[in-house]
Amino acid sequence: MKPFNKFESKFIPFPFVNVDTDQIIPKQFLKLTQKTGFGKYLFYDWRYEEDGQPKKDFILNKSQYVNRQILLTLDNFGSGSSREHAVWALSDYGFKAIISTSFADIFYSNCIKNGLLPITLPKPQINYLFQNKDLSVEIDLDNQEIKLMENSIHKKFKFQIEKSKKMMLIAGLDEIGMTLQLDSEITKYEKNNITCLV
Amino acid sequence: MSSLFEKIWENHIVYTPKNNKSINSGSSLLYIDRHLIHEVTSPQAFEGLRTNGRRVRRPDLTFATMDHNVPTTERNLPIVDQISENQIRTLRENCNEFGINLYDLDHPNQGIVHVIGPELGITLPGTTIVCGDSHTATHGAFGAFAFGIGTSEVEHVLATQCLWLTKPKDIAINFVGRPKNTHAISSKDMILSLIRKIGIGGGKGAVLEYQGEIIKSLSMEQRMTICNMSIEAGARAGLIVPDDETFNYLRDREHSPKGEIYEKMVDHWRENLITDNNAKFDRIIDIDIKNLAPQVSWGTNPSMTVDVTEAVPSPDEFAKGNEDEKNAAIRALEYMKLKPGTPITDIHIDRVFIGSCTNSRLEDLIEASIVVKGKKVSGKVRALIVPGSQMVKFQAEKLGLDKIFRESGFEWRDSGCSMCLGMNPDILSPGERCASTSNRNFEGRQGKGGITHLVSPIMAAAAAIEGHFVDVRELI
Ligand code: SF4
Repeated sequence: MKPFNKFESKFIPFPFVNVDTDQIIPKQFLKLTQKTGFGKYLFYDWRYEEDGQPKKDFILNKSQYVNRQILLTLDNFGSGSSREHAVWALSDYGFKAIISTSFADIFYSNCIKNGLLPITLPKPQINYLFQNKDLSVEIDLDNQEIKLMENSIHKKFKFQIEKSKKMMLIAGLDEIGMTLQLDSEITKYEKNNITCLV
Repeated sequence: MSSLFEKIWENHIVYTPKNNKSINSGSSLLYIDRHLIHEVTSPQAFEGLRTNGRRVRRPDLTFATMDHNVPTTERNLPIVDQISENQIRTLRENCNEFGINLYDLDHPNQGIVHVIGPELGITLPGTTIVCGDSHTATHGAFGAFAFGIGTSEVEHVLATQCLWLTKPKDIAINFVGRPKNTHAISSKDMILSLIRKIGIGGGKGAVLEYQGEIIKSLSMEQRMTICNMSIEAGARAGLIVPDDETFNYLRDREHSPKGEIYEKMVDHWRENLITDNNAKFDRIIDIDIKNLAPQVSWGTNPSMTVDVTEAVPSPDEFAKGNEDEKNAAIRALEYMKLKPGTPITDIHIDRVFIGSCTNSRLEDLIEASIVVKGKKVSGKVRALIVPGSQMVKFQAEKLGLDKIFRESGFEWRDSGCSMCLGMNPDILSPGERCASTSNRNFEGRQGKGGITHLVSPIMAAAAAIEGHFVDVRELI
C-alpha cells in the first residue's frame, strides 16, 4: 500500500444518505479476479445509460467535477455488502478521501486497508462544505485537519481517526507482514486453546 | 459481570499492544476459529498470498464453497457465463493449491455459506467466525462472534488466522412480549420491525445481543434469520446466548465434536457461554412485539418497512423531520414506482423469490408449503424456490415439498444465492416487482431496475397465490 501524504483537491458533492455498496459497484463487476480496473464501473447504474453512454445529469459526469479526488457525502456511506470491490472502484477512479457524517463499519475498515481516507465530520461542517462546493481543501492526515483554501480566510476542520488506522495509512504498511512478526504469540495461543475441530 | 460477547472477546485475544505508541494500540489481535470463504471475495486474497510467497496458516480451520455465482439449474452442464465460470474455477484451484476443504458445485454439502456452516457443525458456540460476506452475522445465532470482513482481511486471516479489531460496542435488543398469532408472525417480521425502529445505521459499530422470552422459544432456524439481518441494522454482528436448542441442533453434525467430547463441551458451554445477570451494555433497546403484524418493505433499504395492514407512507411520514431521509424516501418511491397512501395489500407482484441465507432453510420451506398446498400460483406471477443448500433440498424432497411447490406452479431449483443478488442468471427484469424472502431491497439488487419487497416466507408464498400482498394472518 502506498503511504498516505497530504494532498490538495476540490471535492465532489454527493448529497445522498445510505449509499450502499451495491450502488458503488454493482454485482456484475464482482466476477473479476483482480483488484484493478474497477474505476470505470464505479456507480455504474447511476452513471451510464442503457447503451453505455454517460448520463449527462449524473454528478461524476459533469465536466467541472472531473479529476477531483475527494467525495463529499452523507450519513452511512458504504452500507450493505462487504464487497471490497467498492473501495477498489473508488480508489481506481481517483478518490483519495471520502468525507461524510458517518460510514458503515466494514466499508470503513476496507478503506483503511486500501489507502483511502474516510473522514467523519459533524453535520454543520458537512453542510458548510456542501454550500461551498467549489472550495479547494488540503487534507492533512498527520495533523488530522482539513484546511479550507478560501480567498483570504483560513478555516480548519479537525477530524478524528483512530491512531492505529492513521499510522497504518501514513506508513502504507503491510499489515500481514506486521502480524506475522507476532507468530510466536499466535502459536502460543493455538497451543493453549482448542479450536474445537475434529 | 460480563456479557456473552465480552467473554468470547476476552477468550480470543492473542495479543494487545501495551505500548501506546505501537501501530495497533487501541486494537487487539483476535484469534479466528473458523474462516468461511466463497468464490467472489477470495480470489484477490489468494493472489495476494501468492505474490508475497505466503501460505495459509490453518487450512484445517478454513472451509470453502461456491454460492454467489452458481447456476441453480442444470448443474451437470458447463456454466454458460464465462466470467462466472472463471471465478468458480479460480476458487477450486486456490483450494487445491492451499489444501482447503471445498464443498464444490457437485458436492451434496454445497450451499450458501451461511446455511452450510451451521448445518455441517462448522459453526460452534463460543467461537469466532469470519467470512468475506456481511451476512456472516447469521452464525451469531449459535452464540458465536461472527462477522463479515473485506477481502484484505480475508487475506490477513488466511495468512495469520487472526485479525486486528477494536472492540465493538455491546447493545442488548430486548424483545418484549409475544405476537398473538405465532404461526403467521415469523422471526423475519421481528427483525424487520427492529430495523424499522432503529434504522439501518442504528446498530453501527456494535454487536446486538438478542434477548427476551420469545428468543428462547425460537428454533435455531428462526434465530438465524434474526442474526442474519443484524447487518441491515448496521451492526457488526448479532448474538444469541446458546441453550439446549442450540446444543441439540449441533449434536452429530458432520464437523461437530462427537460423543463424550461433545457432551463435555456442552457442559462447558452451558456454564460459561452466558450473559451474566447484571452485565453492562452500552445500550438496551426494548422492542415491543405484542402487536407485531407481518412486515413488508416498500422502499430501497430495509428500514423502509410497514405493517401489511398499512399503506405506503409519504416521504414526510417516513422521514419525521429529517431532510436527508426525506430525499431518500422521495427517490425510493420513484424507484419503487409507488404512490404514498397505496394500501400494501393493493400492491401486485410479478415475481416471488423464496431463498437466500435469510430464509431458505427447511423450516422456511415447510412453512411456505403449508400456505401453498393445494393452491395455484397466480397466473400473473412467476415464482421461484431456491433451497439454501443441497442438504436442505434433499431433506425437503424427502418430505415431498418439491411436489407441493411444483404442483402449485413454483420452480424448484438447486441451491445458491440466486436471486438474492442476481449474479447468476436468476434476475428480475427492469420494472418487475418481486416479493422476496431475502435481506436487501437496494436499487437493482435483484437485477437492474428490479423492484424488491422484503417479506417472510409465508408472506411471499401467500403473495404468490394471490398475485398481491395479503395479510397472511387471515389464511392461517
Ligand atoms: S444469499 Fe444473498 S445475502 Fe446471503 S450470502 Fe448469498 S448473496 Fe449474500
